[in-house]
Amino acid sequence: MAVQGRSEAGIEPVRMRDAGETALVVEFGARVDPDLNARVLALDAALAEAAVPGLRETVPTYRSLMIHYDPLVLDRADLCRLVEAGIAGPRPRAGSGRRWTLPCCYDPDLAEDIGAVADWAGLSPAEIADLHAQAEYRVYMYGFAPGFAYLGGLPDALAIGRRASPRPPHPANAILIGGGLAAVATVPMPTGWYMVGRTPERLFTTTRTENFLIEPGDVLRFAAIDAATFAELDARAARGDIIARRED
Amino acid sequence: MGCRTRIRILSAGAGSTLQDGGRHGYLRYGITPAGPMDPLALACANRALDNPPGATAIEVSLGGMSLTVEGEPVDVALAGGAPRIDLDGRTLPCPIGLTLRPGERLGIRAGEAGVWTSLAVAGQIDVAPVLGSTATHTRSRLGGLDGRGLRAGDVLPVLEPRAVIGEAAQLDLPVLHRPPDTIRIVLGPQDDHFAEGAIAAFLAGPWRVGARGDRMACFLEGPTIQARTHDIVSDGIAMGAIQVPGSGQPLVLMADRQPTGGYPKIATVIGADLGRLAQARPGTVLRFAAVELAEAVAARRAEVAALLPAVTRRPVLRTRFTSEFLLGTNLIDGVFG
Repeated sequence: MAVQGRSEAGIEPVRMRDAGETALVVEFGARVDPDLNARVLALDAALAEAAVPGLRETVPTYRSLMIHYDPLVLDRADLCRLVEAGIAGPRPRAGSGRRWTLPCCYDPDLAEDIGAVADWAGLSPAEIADLHAQAEYRVYMYGFAPGFAYLGGLPDALAIGRRASPRPPHPANAILIGGGLAAVATVPMPTGWYMVGRTPERLFTTTRTENFLIEPGDVLRFAAIDAATFAELDARAARGDIIARRED
Repeated sequence: MGCRTRIRILSAGAGSTLQDGGRHGYLRYGITPAGPMDPLALACANRALDNPPGATAIEVSLGGMSLTVEGEPVDVALAGGAPRIDLDGRTLPCPIGLTLRPGERLGIRAGEAGVWTSLAVAGQIDVAPVLGSTATHTRSRLGGLDGRGLRAGDVLPVLEPRAVIGEAAQLDLPVLHRPPDTIRIVLGPQDDHFAEGAIAAFLAGPWRVGARGDRMACFLEGPTIQARTHDIVSDGIAMGAIQVPGSGQPLVLMADRQPTGGYPKIATVIGADLGRLAQARPGTVLRFAAVELAEAVAARRAEVAALLPAVTRRPVLRTRFTSEFLLGTNLIDGVFG
């Protein structure tokens, strides 16, 4: 049930695919790529602006936008026309998101798996921390669990694979790497990734007016802090303070 | 102001939770909507009490539950599955509405068929919404009572309780008569990841519902379905998405699914058949039938239309029903008229 969307020479055609009668998936490609993700987010923004009745919610991912809709209110053909209009504008580029710095503690007492990653890489834990903190990360999408942000931009030297079997649940607000990607994992969960740091910031919390802090398309950097600073900032975050710094 | 009315849970097996229409609008931040496993059952139970369709109700699992009311009498309605219901030892059919009075004990146990029963309350179950919803998602500990399942000793305050039904009355809800043998699907969104033969095998089945299902997924056992690749770049997951991992044994992602995932999805169960599938016990044998999108939309429209008129109630004429009797009886055809 695929419908071909607008196509251009040399660029993958946009495809619209049905996920049942209440969701339409707009696929921009099949790769993890910042420019592809920027097109997803541009369509997402266009639909949010259109705010048509029957459009329930959208889920941006690396390379597709899932649009949940009520087919008794919004006809599929009308939704497809909205999508066509939304992708007809100038092709957006990655890098228009907000920029944030998140404090991150790489102390092996808190960064439970940094030693394992160091052993794998043949480096010291401090070198792993430096490599991780020097990079700039794009928030591609959320998924898996509340406030679980998938990040691109991990240095190749940290591209460790996923674990063969999951480790026990990581603590809250874990900084993870695995499978060539990075992540911020808000809620403790068993994981196949490696925990290389911990931030006092909460990307999702129900105890603050801003339930969610960071949007897909935003850019993150991590600033190393020691365990004492972590404890202090974590206590502030628990009281509802926002710890991350906006840099733009 | 009379004394405060509250439902008290006397006993509860695993897996019963509070659910409303779901926590919608936050999938983009990784928040699972949760909500009812059988959306039609919740809508029916609420409709029977003139509640809003997505009002908070108790979703009773196969583990069963018993409860009572304290304070004022309050109407309750039960719909979904064919559980054994008893009021102080008197066996009652399902769907049923009744006024529960203080001191009376209402029991719901696994019957011959079905898995989930929605127990709606005339009034408002007063628990704090999280992100606009009371739906319980136990995996992320959100909603309901502290994000967990219900257990003995839990107390649910009921605001503005109403009690008009009186004696237990059968609810005329023929729309709930849904045999689980055929589940309608729409192919996609990743049916192009499967060869024609794999899609034919998927549609031929038959599939047996596996034992390890829960609110997250329904596991299917049957022919091995090979995808061209079993890994895709993660994308969104709708309720009812049928995902095929490397094992070749599909699973249907249900109310507590993760918001995104990286396995190809061969097909999606249509909205009107989600509850039908959710009510299929482990061991149930079923097949999938591919339909066009228009049929899926028409089925959804028919469901909405079926719930427009008020739900009529009929006296319970027999006090001892077997589930076989109930399943074999079409309650709308004037049998009790």
